[in-house]
Amino acid sequence: MDNTLAAQTAETGHLEHDHPPFLRHHFENLTQQREAATFGMWLFLLTEIMFFGGMFCAYLIYRNWYYPAFVAGSHSLHIWAGTLNTTLLIISSFTMAMGVHAAETRQRKPLLRWMVITMILGFGFLCVKAYEWHDEWVEHHVPGLNFSPEQFITGTKAYPDDKLPLDMAEKTQVYFSLYFAMTGMHALHMIIGISLLAFLFVRARAGAYTNGHIAPIENFGLYWHFVDIVWIFLFPLLYLISRHQ
Amino acid sequence: MSTILTLPDQSTARLPKVSYLNKEYGLKSWLLTGDHKRIAMLYLISITFFFFIGGAMAALIRLELLTPVSDLLAADTYNKVFTAHGIIMVFFFLVPSVPATIGNFLIPIMVGAKDLAFPKINLLSWYLYVVAGIMMICVLTFGGVDTGWTFTTPLSTHYLNTHVVTAGLAVFVAGFSSIFTGLNFIVTIHRMRAPGMTWFRLPLFVWSHYAASILMVLGTPVLAITLVLVVLERTIGIGVFDPTKGGDPLLFQHLFWFYSHPAVYIMILPGMGVISEVISTFSRKRVFGYTAVAFSSVAIAVFGFFVWAHHMFVMGISNYSALVFSLLTMLVAVPSAIKIFNWAATLYKGSITFETPMLYAFGFLGLFTIGGLTGVFLGSLGMDIHLTETYFIVAHFHFVMVGGMLMAYLAGIHFWWPKITGRMYPEGVSRLAAVITFVGFVLTFFPQFILGYLGMPRRYAAYPPEFQVLNVFSSAGASVLGIGYLLPLLYLTWSLKYGKIAGPNPWQATGLEWQIQSPPLTENFAETPIVTHEAYDYEWLANKTKNEVQTVG
Repeated sequence: MDNTLAAQTAETGHLEHDHPPFLRHHFENLTQQREAATFGMWLFLLTEIMFFGGMFCAYLIYRNWYYPAFVAGSHSLHIWAGTLNTTLLIISSFTMAMGVHAAETRQRKPLLRWMVITMILGFGFLCVKAYEWHDEWVEHHVPGLNFSPEQFITGTKAYPDDKLPLDMAEKTQVYFSLYFAMTGMHALHMIIGISLLAFLFVRARAGAYTNGHIAPIENFGLYWHFVDIVWIFLFPLLYLISRHQ
Repeated sequence: MSTILTLPDQSTARLPKVSYLNKEYGLKSWLLTGDHKRIAMLYLISITFFFFIGGAMAALIRLELLTPVSDLLAADTYNKVFTAHGIIMVFFFLVPSVPATIGNFLIPIMVGAKDLAFPKINLLSWYLYVVAGIMMICVLTFGGVDTGWTFTTPLSTHYLNTHVVTAGLAVFVAGFSSIFTGLNFIVTIHRMRAPGMTWFRLPLFVWSHYAASILMVLGTPVLAITLVLVVLERTIGIGVFDPTKGGDPLLFQHLFWFYSHPAVYIMILPGMGVISEVISTFSRKRVFGYTAVAFSSVAIAVFGFFVWAHHMFVMGISNYSALVFSLLTMLVAVPSAIKIFNWAATLYKGSITFETPMLYAFGFLGLFTIGGLTGVFLGSLGMDIHLTETYFIVAHFHFVMVGGMLMAYLAGIHFWWPKITGRMYPEGVSRLAAVITFVGFVLTFFPQFILGYLGMPRRYAAYPPEFQVLNVFSSAGASVLGIGYLLPLLYLTWSLKYGKIAGPNPWQATGLEWQIQSPPLTENFAETPIVTHEAYDYEWLANKTKNEVQTVG
C-alpha cells in the first residue's frame, strides 16, 4: 500500500517499469487500452457516417425530384475513371489489411512495404480524381463557377437521347453540387488518410508498431477501409445511374 | 429512508500536500497537460470568458429594448448583437458548459478511472474550442455577422455581406471540439469503469452525460456538413440550398435542426445530471426511481432525434409530417416529466438542507418545469402558429436554457467547488446570489411570455409603444440577473485564496469523487477503488465514516 502510494505520487508518476513502454499510465492493462482505442475509432467512424449522411440525405431527396437531371449528369462522367478508382481503392484496402497483418505478426519490412503500396494507390486515386475534376471544369460542369447547361439540352455523342428541357437541364447543377461536395469531402478524407499514413510510416520505420503495439495501425486500417466504403457507395450513386439506356 | 448525518467539522481540515493543482507549475504544465482536471479548468476559464461576452451582448439587447424606437443600436447593429449573443451562448457556452468543465473533471473520478480514455484528444478538444473562439472574436472585431445563430439560407448564402463564412467555420470547429468530448466520455464510461462499478451503480450524472454524449457524437457531424455546404454555397456557389439552381432552403432547415434540436438536449441533459446529484445529497436520500431517471436520460436522447421539424411548422412542411412531429414533441416531454417527478419524490421525507447548490436546484426545478411545459404549448400546432417567432419562444427557451441549464451549471459549480479547489465558497453571499439570480431571471423572462402572447415578434430593434412597460420590466430584471452572475465570479475568485478549507467530503455525499482528497491527486485515486455499494447509499457512507480510522497529519 505504502509502496503504491509512493509510486503514484512521485514526480515521474510511477517508479516500477514492469509494463511495456506503450501502455499509457491511466489504463489498467494492455487489453483495456486496446479495447478503448478500437471502440473510440468505431465511434469516430460513426460520426463520419453522420457527416457523410447529411449529403447522402440531400442526394436521396434531389435524385427523387430531379431524376432525369441526375441521369444526364451521371452519363457525363467517365465511367472508366470511376471504375479504375474503385479498383485502386479496393486493392489499397487489401494492401492496408496486409499491413495490419504484418504488424500483428511483428514483421517490420513487410509492414513498411504494404504501407508504401497503400500510399501509392491512394495517391493514384487522387490523380485520377484530379483529372476528372479538370475534365468537368473544361466541360463547364462546375456549378457557381463556370456552369453551362448546354450539353444537357443538346445531348451528347455517347448519350444522344439525353435532351432535357431547359428547366430540368438547369437542375443538373444540383447533381454537380452534390457530386463536387461528396467527392470533394471524400478526397479530403483521402488526403488526411495519406498524411496519417506517412506519419505512421516514419514511426513504423523506427520499429514502433512491430513490438506488439498494433493499435494505431489497426485503427488507421479501420479509417482507411471506411473511406474506401464511402467511395463504394459514391461510385454507383454518382456514376452508374441508368447506364443501360 | 433518509439517513441524517452531521456535516464534518471543517476546522481540522487541511489542504493535501500534493494535488493536481500543485504537482507541476508553469504555463507549459497547464497548456500541454493531459490531466482531465486541468483541462476542465482550462475550459472553465474559457467558457466563463465567453459567457461574459455573450452576457454583454444580452445587456446591449436589453438596453436597446428599453425604448420602443431603435435608438441605442441601429437595426443592422442590433441584428449583429443578437446573432453574437446567440452563437456565443449556444456554441461557446451552453454546449460545453457542464460537460467540458464539471463533466470533464468528474466523469473519470465517478467511474473510478485515472483519466479519460484519450487525454490527448481531450486536450485537442480544448484547443479546437480556443481556435473556434478566436475565430469568433475575429468575426466580432471585424464587423460581426447578422444571420441569427441559425445561419438561415438563403439569407446567409445570398443576401448578407457580413462574416458568415468565418462564423460558420468557427461553429464547425467548435462542433468538433464537442464531438471529441462526447466520444471521450462514451469510451471512458464503457471501458474505464473500476471493478464493481456496474452500469446501475453509476451516478446519474454519468448516465446523463452518457446520453448527452450520444447526441454530441451523432448530431454534431450533421451540423458540420450543413455548415460546410453553406460555406461552399456562399464561396463557390454550389446549389444544394439555392432555389435558383434547384436546391431547397427547407433542406437546410431540416439538416440544421436535426442537430440543433438535439443540441438543446446536449445542453440540458448534463444539467439534469447535476440536479440529480445535488438533490440526492441535500435531501440525504437515494434518488427516487434511479433506473427510471437513468433510462429517461437515454429516452430523451433517442426521442430528441425525432422532433426537429417542430421548429419548422410554419415553414411549409406537409401537414401530415407536422402532425407526427407534434405528437413526437409531446412524447419527449414524458421522460423530462419522469425526471421532475422523481426529483420531487426524492425530496419527499428527505432531510432537506438549503445550501447554495440546493437553492439553485430548486430554481432549476421550477423554471425548467415552466420552460418545458411552454414547450408543449409550442409543440401543439395551433398554438405554434400564433406563438412562433414571438417573444413567447424567446421566453420559452430562456426558461429552459438559462432558468434550467444555467441554474444547474451554477448548482454544479458551487457543489463541486470544494472538490475542485479544496476550498469552500462563502455560503452567505452565495445564497444571496442564488436568490438574486432567481428573482432577476423571473423578472427578465416572465414578461416576455406575455409580450409574445400579445404578439411582439423577436429579432426587431423597435416595437409598438404599448409593449414598453413589459419591456422595461424585462430590462430591469436583466440588470438584476447580471448582478446575480457577477457575484459568483467575484466571490468564487476570492475563495480561491481566502475560502475555508473544505476537506475531502464537506457535504457527506456518497460519490466516489467525495471519497478522495480535495483537490484530488493527478491520478485521482491512490489505488484503484473497488466499488461494493449502490449510488447514493447513505447507509454505506454512515458505516464507512463510523469505522474509519482517523489519521492525523
